[in-house]
Amino acid sequence: MVHERVMEKLAILADAAKYDVSCSSSAGQNKRKNSNKGLGDTGNGICHAYTEDGRCVSLLKILLTNHCIFDCAYCVSRKSNDIKRAAFTVQEVVDLTIGFYRRNYIEGLFLSSGIFDNPDFTMERLVRIAKKLRLEENFNGYIHLKAIPGASDELIKEAGMYADRLSVNVEMPTEKSLKLLAPEKNHADVIKPMEYLKNEIIGYKEEKKSNFKAPLFAPAGQSTQMVIGATQENDLEILGMANYFYEQMNMRRVYYSGYVPISYDSRLPEIGTPVPMIRENRLYQADWLIRFYGFNVNEIVGFDQPNLDLDIDPKLGWALRNLNQFPVDINSADLELILRIPGIGVTSAQKIVRARKFKRLQPEDLKKLGIAYSRSKFFLAFSSPFYLQKDLSSMQIKEQILNIQNSKYKNNFSNQLSLFQ
Amino acid sequence: MTLLIYDGTFGGWLTAVFEIYEYKLKDVVFAKNESSNSLLFSNTHHIETDPKKANRVLNGLKKHLSTHGITNLYHAFFSELDQIEENLFRFAEYVLSSPVNIEGDLSNNAVLNVRKAAHLTGKESHRMKAFVRFKLTKDNLYYAIVEPDCNVLPLIQKHFKDRYADQKWLIYDSKRKYGIYYDLEQVATVQLTFDSNPSSSKFLAEISDENEEFFQNLWRNYFSSVNIESRKNTKLHIQHMPKRYWKNLTEKIPNLKK
Repeated sequence: MVHERVMEKLAILADAAKYDVSCSSSAGQNKRKNSNKGLGDTGNGICHAYTEDGRCVSLLKILLTNHCIFDCAYCVSRKSNDIKRAAFTVQEVVDLTIGFYRRNYIEGLFLSSGIFDNPDFTMERLVRIAKKLRLEENFNGYIHLKAIPGASDELIKEAGMYADRLSVNVEMPTEKSLKLLAPEKNHADVIKPMEYLKNEIIGYKEEKKSNFKAPLFAPAGQSTQMVIGATQENDLEILGMANYFYEQMNMRRVYYSGYVPISYDSRLPEIGTPVPMIRENRLYQADWLIRFYGFNVNEIVGFDQPNLDLDIDPKLGWALRNLNQFPVDINSADLELILRIPGIGVTSAQKIVRARKFKRLQPEDLKKLGIAYSRSKFFLAFSSPFYLQKDLSSMQIKEQILNIQNSKYKNNFSNQLSLFQ
Repeated sequence: MTLLIYDGTFGGWLTAVFEIYEYKLKDVVFAKNESSNSLLFSNTHHIETDPKKANRVLNGLKKHLSTHGITNLYHAFFSELDQIEENLFRFAEYVLSSPVNIEGDLSNNAVLNVRKAAHLTGKESHRMKAFVRFKLTKDNLYYAIVEPDCNVLPLIQKHFKDRYADQKWLIYDSKRKYGIYYDLEQVATVQLTFDSNPSSSKFLAEISDENEEFFQNLWRNYFSSVNIESRKNTKLHIQHMPKRYWKNLTEKIPNLKK
C-alpha cells in the first residue's frame, strides 16, 4: 500500500460513509464459526470503540468510492457537490479489513459505494471484495454489503453467498419526498431488490433445515435506513413504513438517521439546524416497543396523534393514554402486561416473573432488582393492605415523572421547545 | 471465627466449601495465601486444593443449579469483589440446602449479590473482548496489554483462541502480572520478565513490525473520520469508553510524531 494515499482515501471514504447508521455486527442464529482454522468468527457482535458523538464503532464502515452518477440532495456524495473524490482498489479494502481485524479493532467490514458507471459495475466490485476476503483470506468475520438498486439478480445473489447482511436503504420515508430530493429515483427501485432478497433468504433458510450442509445466504438478514427530519413526514408515516419493512420484508433492522445538514439546497433544512436527535431516539424507542415489547404500531402512533411525544418516551405516553389498563399487580400479571409498565424493561420483567415464584414482591424488592421504581410506582398495584394509591390524572403523573427524571436531553429539549413557541 | 487460607483459585474455593462442611466450621473468613492478619483470628485453617473435594462440591451444586447458574457462580468468583468468597459461600449454602433451584430468588441477598458480581465480571470480559488492541511484532506475534477491573483472562481466552486461530497472540494483564499466550495450538498462562522498560518508545520501535505504526495511524484516522461533530456527546462517549481504559486504547492515545 502506498501509505499516504491510502491514509487520505480512508479519511475521505470513511467520512462519506458515516451517515449510514447501521452498526450491527450480530450474527443472529447462524453464527459463522472459524472451523477452517482461518481468521475470525461472528457472534453476538462487539462494539470495539465509541466515537466522541457516542456512536459505536464495530465495523470498518467505508465507501468503495464516493464518485456517484446520482444527484440526491440529501447525500453528501451527490454528483453536484464540490468535494474531494476517491476510490479504493479491491486489494486496498481487503488489506485494510484484514489489518484492522487482526488487531481486534473491528468485527468486520461494512462496504457501501457511490454508483460509478452503472449499478452492475459497482456491485461486481463489492462482491469481488467479499469473495476475496472469504476465499483467499479465509476470513469468517462479519461482512455487510450494500445491495445496489438496479444491479442484476445474479450479482445480488452472489453477494448473499459471501456477506452476512445485505441492505438497501430506502432513505426517504415516502415516494413524495424521494421525488422531491432525488427525482432520478423511484421507491420501486429499492423495493425490488428487497423483495428479491427476502425470497432468497427464506428459500435458503428452508433448505438449511433439511440439509445442514446447505450454504449460508445472508445469515444476518437484511436491513434498511430512513433519513429523519430532512423532509416533512410525521412519525406515523415513518413508523408505518418501518412496520411494513418488518412485516412484509422480514427486515432484521430498520435504522433511523437524524438528518445532519450538509447542503445549502433550499429543499432541505439549513446548515446549522440541529440534528433531530431526540426525535430519532424516540423513534428507536418506538421501534423497540414494536419488536420486543409486543406493541402494535397503532398503539404508539395514530391519526389522532401522528407524532411521538418528545418530552416523554412512547411507552410512558401509551400508559398515560391508557390509564384504564392500570394498576397492574406484578405478583400475578402475565409477562406481557408487566412489559407494558413504564420503568420496567425486558430484563427486569423477566427477573420479576422469576423472583415472584419465591415470595410476594414488595416495593423494596423491586428497588433491589434495579427497577426504575420512581417511574413505575404510578402504575403498580400491591396486595399489601397498608398501601394507598392516590388516584392521579395522567397530567399529574406526567408532571411528577418529568420532575424526578433528569433527562439527558433536558437542555437540548428546552431549546427545541422555544423554537416552536 | 475461622480464617480459611486458600490459594485463590476457584478449585481452592470449592475445596474450602467441602472442608467447611467436613470440619463443621462456623463463621468463616476467606484469605488468599499472602494475607498475614491471621493473628486476629482464634482459628486458622489451611486449605490444600484437592480436585476430588472440589469436584464433589461442584457436582453437588450442578444438581441444584442450571448451566447458566453454574456459569454465574464461576464468573462471580473472578469479580474479585470484596468478600466475594464469603458471599459465594452463603449462596452455595442456600443452593445446597434448598430442594428446588433457587437462582431466580432475586429478593434474597445472597442470590442477588452473586448475580450482580457475575454481571460485573461478564461486563468486564465483554469490554476486554472489545478493548484489546493487538500490536504486531517483527516475529509475527500480536500482543496486547490490558488492565481489567476483574480477573477476566480465564474467561476470554476461548473467544480469542476461536477468533484468532491463525495468528500467535499474547494478552497480558499488567495489573495481575500474568498473560495468556496462544502458540497456534493452545493457550497457556505465562508470566513475563522484561529486560527493558516495555513501554519505552525505543523498545517498541525495536520490536514492532514495519507496518505496525502505519496501521495504528490508519485506525486513529478512521476513528476521528467517522465522528459526526454536530452530534457530539462526550458524556455518552465516556460512559461507553471509561477513561481508565484509555491508556491501552490506540485510538485514544495521540500520535506523538504528528
